[in-house]
Amino acid sequence: MTQRLQIHFARGEEIKYVAHLDLMRAWERALRRAGIPMAYTQGFSPHPRYATAAPLPVGVTSEAEAMDLWLEEPMTPPDFVRRVAEQLPDGLTLQGAAEAPESWPPLAARLREAEYTVAARGPDPAGRVAQVLAAASLPWREERGGKLRMHDLRPLVEELRATETGPDEARVTMRLRAGPAGTGRPQEIVAALGLEALAIHRTRLVFAPPSS
Amino acid sequence: MSLDAILPHVARPARYTDHEWNRVRRGPDEWDGSGVRFLFAYPDAYEVGMSNLGLQILYDVLNREPGVLAERCYTPWTDMEAKMREAGLPLFSLESQRPAREFDILGFSLQFELNYTNVLNMLDVAGLPLHSEERDERWPLVIAGGTCALNAEPLTDFIDLFVLGEADESLLDLVRAYRRGEPREAFLARAAQIDGVYVPRFYRVEHDADGRVAAVSPFRPDVPRRPRRRLIGQLGFPPVRPVVPFVEAVHDRAMIDLMRGCTRGCRFCQAGVVYRPTRERPLDEVLQAADELLANTGYDELALVSLSSSDYSCIEPLVNELTARYPRLRVSLPSLRIDSFSVELAEAVEKQRRSSLTFAPEAGSERLRRVINKNVTEDDLLRTAEAVFSHGWRAIKLYFMIGLPGERDEDVEAIVRLVREVQKVGRRYGRREVSATISTFVPKAHTPFQWVGQEADVRSKQAYLRDNLRRTRLGWGDPFASRLEAVLARGDRRLGAVIEGAWRRGARFDAWSEHLLPLAWEQAFAEAGLDMAFYANRTREPDEVLPWDHINTGITKRFLWKEYQRSLAAESTPDCRWGDCTACGMAALHPACAQRRAT
Repeated sequence: MTQRLQIHFARGEEIKYVAHLDLMRAWERALRRAGIPMAYTQGFSPHPRYATAAPLPVGVTSEAEAMDLWLEEPMTPPDFVRRVAEQLPDGLTLQGAAEAPESWPPLAARLREAEYTVAARGPDPAGRVAQVLAAASLPWREERGGKLRMHDLRPLVEELRATETGPDEARVTMRLRAGPAGTGRPQEIVAALGLEALAIHRTRLVFAPPSS
Repeated sequence: MSLDAILPHVARPARYTDHEWNRVRRGPDEWDGSGVRFLFAYPDAYEVGMSNLGLQILYDVLNREPGVLAERCYTPWTDMEAKMREAGLPLFSLESQRPAREFDILGFSLQFELNYTNVLNMLDVAGLPLHSEERDERWPLVIAGGTCALNAEPLTDFIDLFVLGEADESLLDLVRAYRRGEPREAFLARAAQIDGVYVPRFYRVEHDADGRVAAVSPFRPDVPRRPRRRLIGQLGFPPVRPVVPFVEAVHDRAMIDLMRGCTRGCRFCQAGVVYRPTRERPLDEVLQAADELLANTGYDELALVSLSSSDYSCIEPLVNELTARYPRLRVSLPSLRIDSFSVELAEAVEKQRRSSLTFAPEAGSERLRRVINKNVTEDDLLRTAEAVFSHGWRAIKLYFMIGLPGERDEDVEAIVRLVREVQKVGRRYGRREVSATISTFVPKAHTPFQWVGQEADVRSKQAYLRDNLRRTRLGWGDPFASRLEAVLARGDRRLGAVIEGAWRRGARFDAWSEHLLPLAWEQAFAEAGLDMAFYANRTREPDEVLPWDHINTGITKRFLWKEYQRSLAAESTPDCRWGDCTACGMAALHPACAQRRAT
């Protein structure tokens, strides 16, 4: 019988430039060092079974990451946390672990929203935020693979606020849609505001209840 | 402008930010308190440098030495270099993020000739004067080691001293000597007396009117006439806390060197000469190191590294024990020999995933393999293919060279036939792939083929192979890269101006075909009045003074010449591990060889 653990972790400044897949490999290695009996997938090249809620973009710090992890042999969550914590590199912090029933849908499927705080620089941040909130759409042009695509970012923005504003800098907090129905990217929102992001921090992931 | 303003705009920024597991980071007080601050500089991308076992060994050795602090840096990728220059940010160390010029010693690892322009580029990004003679004790000492240091004459303009052979001990001797705080010239004179150290400025090189080296002689009476390669008496315990990268390295796995050296005597192989003799690590020590290494890193793959891993005398028991202890561990053997690979070994390795194995027949015909002394037979190869495919591997990669000395058309044709024979074996086991990599032979210093001219144009041979192996996946080396490698591998001091000229014209990362700039190099040769063919394609005279003759590897020139003559007669020479002593010269350097020679 495998055991499913849901873990919460934070990523700090030290390793904010580590890409998602590299971070996952760092997790695997930390878990192996800690002697955690990870469950493996079947098939030609078995790999440890885990699934994150939402990849964290390069350059972004977070205090709200979540991941499901399957173990071959059961462990108590406190025991898990104690053993893993001392094997984590600088900038990776395990905040907690809890058992999760096998019947719960994957975290990624339950994800609805994500919240960010951005230290931003640029002209009139408060005015720009007010403008966007009042507008029906927030057009965004993106070039991918040589193709120009147009998006409307406005439906992805649930909440947007500028605090601690100065003439050309502000702390911008935002709650963006995330998950299967579409994902807002904080870098794009800030750019669409005409601002430059100096630091982006994920503060919260919002999930639908597991039963729904 | 700060690093944080740059990193969001470069590829794989975590290459420049440290915090990897097991990296050694000291506090600021230790920085101030350290007598010697040493910066390892790898003249290639982070992903390549992090795959190098030698660097991990030396990082470990120096950081355990009291009063010494060792950090690392790699060549910034071209996007990062551009941003750093724009921002006025000099080359910095990963661990403490300090500028390279605040260190006492900068140590380059020279593993490949096509990294040379990166050495210049790193010195320049670091803000150091390029030339050794322009740097006194106010600048870091710039040293270099690694395989290429054994003929690094082309780099003597830029490097203060070279570490020859195994640096595990000589580096410690060097940092201890450095601690005396002497002026640069006095320190160098002292360093020149350390076994395994070569200080090029103390040697005068004279050339003939036609450009050949006429003589190399020391300026000073107190330096050795022929600096010699250092050999460590006993292999140190393997580093069991290597730095584990976040960014995936080319070879991202735990590594243990099973043995050093190889005495098979392949005549094209520089490593087979300059790492002699073979010294095996005891089985118990490998197992103990593996336990610690895996516990300290969390790797799921372990490479048992050597020049010929299947020649390790306890290879099967070792692999069986490892896979028994660690059922999920992937054990890889990077250099397998066709004639010592057995069915038992096939059963033991990679129980988890059997994707592909690489073997190197090197030449298509048995005659040519005798010429190069790679004495494997077609039967060996087909038997090995049978063992590999019948044990579930999906693919075999074969490695060949063209342009080998004495190669005839029929030898190239034999490559086609051999690949097809292996494919026939594969077909009996269903969908199995056989691919081939075909590179151009590059004659190297300190080998029996050091006198041989490189074949100037192998394009017709490549075309023949392409036409006749249409359905086989083939890999090729870049022809200009092979030519440049041949020039630099047997170059003299005059090439310093060429390397500098090419670098000034934008050459860097020459080992990466997308960055190689043939025109920059050709212009640099023209400007220096030198000819690539003189270095690459010219057959050297038997009595010619070779630019690296004054470097004593322990292997005599007489032995290399004898081997060259035997190759011309297609005569093989057996491995001295199992056959007679071949009198290669190692008896003068290695007690065990001397003992054997005497009996």
